[in-house]
Amino acid sequence: MSIVFALNIGSLFRSFPGNIAQGMIWGIMALGLYISYKLLNFSDLTVDGSLSTGACVTVMLIIAGVPALPAVLIAFLAGCLAGCVTGILHTVLKIAPILSGILTQIALYSINLHILGNKANQALNINEYSLLLSLRNVNMAILVILAFAVVLIGILYWFFGTEIGSSIRATGNNEQMASAQGINTNHTKVIALSLSNGIVALSGGLLAQYQGYADVGLGRGAIVIGLAAIIIGSVLFENIHKKDLNFAVALSSAVVGGILYYIAIGIVLWLKLPTNDMKLFTAILVAIFLSVPHLSFKKGKGVTNARD
Amino acid sequence: MLEIKNLYKTFNAGTINEKQALKNINLTLNNGDFVSVIGGNGAGKSTLLNAIAGSFKIDEGSIFLDGTDVTNMLEHERAKFLGRVFQDPMRGTAGNMQIEENLALANRRGQKRTLKWQLKQEERNFFKEQLRQLNLGLEDRLETKVGLLSGGQRQALTLLMATMKKPQLLLLDEHTAALDPKTAKIVLDLTVNLVEKNQLTTFMVTHNMKDALRYGNRLIMMNEGEIILDVSGEDKKKLTVNDLLDLFNQTGELNDSMILG
Ligand SMILES: Nc1ncnc2c1ncn2[C@@H]1O[C@H](COP(=O)(O)OP(=O)(O)O)[C@@H](O)[C@H]1O
Ligand SMILES: [Mg+2]
Repeated sequence: MSIVFALNIGSLFRSFPGNIAQGMIWGIMALGLYISYKLLNFSDLTVDGSLSTGACVTVMLIIAGVPALPAVLIAFLAGCLAGCVTGILHTVLKIAPILSGILTQIALYSINLHILGNKANQALNINEYSLLLSLRNVNMAILVILAFAVVLIGILYWFFGTEIGSSIRATGNNEQMASAQGINTNHTKVIALSLSNGIVALSGGLLAQYQGYADVGLGRGAIVIGLAAIIIGSVLFENIHKKDLNFAVALSSAVVGGILYYIAIGIVLWLKLPTNDMKLFTAILVAIFLSVPHLSFKKGKGVTNARD
Repeated sequence: MLEIKNLYKTFNAGTINEKQALKNINLTLNNGDFVSVIGGNGAGKSTLLNAIAGSFKIDEGSIFLDGTDVTNMLEHERAKFLGRVFQDPMRGTAGNMQIEENLALANRRGQKRTLKWQLKQEERNFFKEQLRQLNLGLEDRLETKVGLLSGGQRQALTLLMATMKKPQLLLLDEHTAALDPKTAKIVLDLTVNLVEKNQLTTFMVTHNMKDALRYGNRLIMMNEGEIILDVSGEDKKKLTVNDLLDLFNQTGELNDSMILG
């Protein structure tokens, strides 16, 4: 009995590196989502589509002979374009945020099929192409993803401290104030949504290489996983830190949140809970974490809203 | 400074909720005018102020600021001429951002924003100096999030942000109405102080008749979308609360809070 238990624990620990790698990729996705959800205060459903777009673009470019790094950077630009479309739908055509995102997401489904040459998925064999990362070498993959995460957090920390970055934060925080200070809030929204979806697409490009294929359905439910990462990270860090997080720390918390989320998934799998219920589990988890700040507020403790 | 010609605005035109909020407004403010604006609820005071700020498209007429036709300019484009303080202390500042970040945003009003890192030490020193005149101790709390300040502190900060870059016109919309009387007095004194120091042309909507009589060189009363009284100089000094109440009674727009205020 105890031997069986020990074996099981061993298999759980063996699953950790893979979960960490996956979790970090989703953590990078969460960095993109952080921009729309936390900074711009815009629930952007484009991400479900732009994550797949990033994966599809990356895979097709690599197959076409483009080196992996430029391929991922072009995927970033494709994601920017998707975010830009959502931004224009919202700011120029005055369509509500959620609906703008859904429209782009739906449109991207067809576009992603086209990118994959009218197929639903496309394999990317590590033996044929030179990739940045792969689950064949998980430890190496973790290092590569870590490098991406560190560089991205650095860039975002710098960008949101610039005049344009501050205008974006002001727009998300108080649009009327931003206008009164002469900020063109249409521009700031489009910039933020573009950047956000660019990063999401980049994470899609990493994910496709890691798992060795792109799939049009890859991003389904991505927003919920990204939210889970953001919320788990922020609840954890704020409880440890007890005061306002430095922006770079807040961003890092999203990546850590992604890792924790995937470790939780690993535990669920290890417990042999039905994997069909995974999305249900995720939704319940996110709902609980989203409500935690409000529940503790009622008891007169925490005062921060999940969005603040 | 400000010139408004034949301005009309109707909300929800053609629907059952149609409301003509401004009717043929003609108004010229001279350089250095401090205008107090009173009128009953729904008289159109905020609408007039928002029309000047460009919060919506007007139906007819034209608006000039500092000689520039701004009628077709968007809100953020007009911001370079205007400083604004709203009734709700939450609306004028970004609560999730630090005091110095809010000031930095205000210090760039009307300027193109670039990829320059926003805050430098010399600017921080300038902000400290500016905050010191509020006498609220905020100069030592540059990195405090504005959301942690009281309503009065936030309104004082908004006032500073609105005046720091010397706007051509300062628009105040019942900016002390949400504060307790003591804090309201402090903010109002501060307003007068900053206006005088910077010699700002000011358009101040107030719900308080006494304040309207006490402050400013000119008084405007609005009713049902029209300007029904416009007095300045000596005439204004002679005006009493009773005169204003008489006018209100004539228009049937008596409002308790206005007498008590
Ligand atoms: N955005 C709007 N949509 C519809 N009606 C409005 C809007 N803004 C103001 N109104 C109406 O216009 C009239 C004038 O409002 P307002 O200018 O806010 O009055 P006040 O003098 O109290 O500031 C009111 O009847 C108000 O209901
Ligand atoms: Mg009003």
